[in-house]
Amino acid sequence: MDSRTDITRAVIVWVVLAIVADLLIGFLLAPHMPPGHFSNTASDQTEINNILALILTPIGLGVVTFFVYALVSFRQPAGAIEDGPPLRGDRRLQLGWVGVTTTVVIVLAIVGTIELLQAPNSQAGSGAGGGQGASAISHPSGNPLQVQVIAQQWQFTYRYPQYGGVETFSLALPVGRTVEFHVTSIDAIHSFWAYQLGVKADAVPGADNVAFTTPEHMGLFEVRCAELCGLWHGYMYSRGHVLSSAGFSKWIAHAQIANAPATHYLPKYAHVYYPLPLQRGG
Amino acid sequence: MIVILLVAWYVVGYVISLPPTVPQASAAGVTNVTVQTVASYGRPPHPDWVSYLVKNESGQWVHSTIWKVPANSIVRVTVLQYDGQSGLRNPFLGQPRGVVGGTMTVNGKPLKVLNPDEASHTFTIPDLGVSVPLKGIADDAPNQCAVTPCTLGQAHYTITFEFRTGKPGLHRWQCFVPCAAGWLYGFGGPMQTVGWMDGFIKVV
Repeated sequence: MDSRTDITRAVIVWVVLAIVADLLIGFLLAPHMPPGHFSNTASDQTEINNILALILTPIGLGVVTFFVYALVSFRQPAGAIEDGPPLRGDRRLQLGWVGVTTTVVIVLAIVGTIELLQAPNSQAGSGAGGGQGASAISHPSGNPLQVQVIAQQWQFTYRYPQYGGVETFSLALPVGRTVEFHVTSIDAIHSFWAYQLGVKADAVPGADNVAFTTPEHMGLFEVRCAELCGLWHGYMYSRGHVLSSAGFSKWIAHAQIANAPATHYLPKYAHVYYPLPLQRGG
Repeated sequence: MIVILLVAWYVVGYVISLPPTVPQASAAGVTNVTVQTVASYGRPPHPDWVSYLVKNESGQWVHSTIWKVPANSIVRVTVLQYDGQSGLRNPFLGQPRGVVGGTMTVNGKPLKVLNPDEASHTFTIPDLGVSVPLKGIADDAPNQCAVTPCTLGQAHYTITFEFRTGKPGLHRWQCFVPCAAGWLYGFGGPMQTVGWMDGFIKVV
């Protein structure tokens, strides 16, 4: 059997497997691809996850197919042990492989960069949902709702500077309005992960980490800490609510009244806090 | 096999290192829990660690932070607070929350919010939305407690509040003040060890 026949057979097997796999991904997996469509950020992440799956699965199958084919077809038969034929380079195959993989990487880089640079509340993009540091690469237009996420061992609290700086234990957001999260910590390093919203931003003491999203559906979403932060890290879990605009107005008004005694003692709103005592004694 | 043995050794070591579960007496739907917070336990293995102690059904002090209370009942907590003022890292926690009537008492007087600078600890059960700041004694208070169990004749505040337990479950509780003296930012040692400033409420 010559090498051309082997290559033809392996390519046929690979193409069939790749088509079947991509059809399964497209019709069965894609509709359930996490994190879903609860916000524009999550939708974009889901779309990119689908693109990655559709492109990378054939590549992975190609490697596995040729590997398995070689193991089966070119195995040493029982009996005498002798050297195989000498290997020679194939310039066309090498250039093809480098060219295809380079193209794939560049395309994915362009897709990711466009996603990062698009305005967070534009129809075209969402700003990726990750923490962008204190100076965000892309800014939304209009008047986003600012929510400060304050991490501490071991609970998140939330501050709303546009509503008198009130702080709350629970997180509520209005549907359809862009949210500008300012994530920080007052002790160790944590990570604010609002899973269904597609938002994940590190909470670092003395740092302001900005992330954007626009909730598109009402309901509950999970909030977890995604950075190992001590004894009760695993318990640093809660649920947030996306409410109607009227429901949010009612909720924040109630929060302002209920938390008024504590609000009186809160420090002036700032993007970072350096609470004392830094080192407790006794 | 070695890995399995190491994992088993770790799990068994963790379980037997937990403090005992202390059931709390209940009558007419109300469970009384009496605890004390002390600046230093005063005994081995960590005599200088800040800690909680709890009274058992016989009225004896037990060094444990795992307490068992009935479901769907009211828990009436009395805290004898012997530790000094160190301040809340987050002043938001100066307001009692998740407690019956939205208030606590300090030496018999109702209090809606505590000056964050005067706090010594908090008693917080995040799952149940319960968070209560505990007022600390003044630095120059006379007759301060050094060795547990502290007595009523020593400087302290008596803090009371009530909360509802709800359905059965296991809930962690903790102090939110970085109160571990000598540890970086006050968050090591007793703040990271069940039996000292962290524990469980077993609602059964």
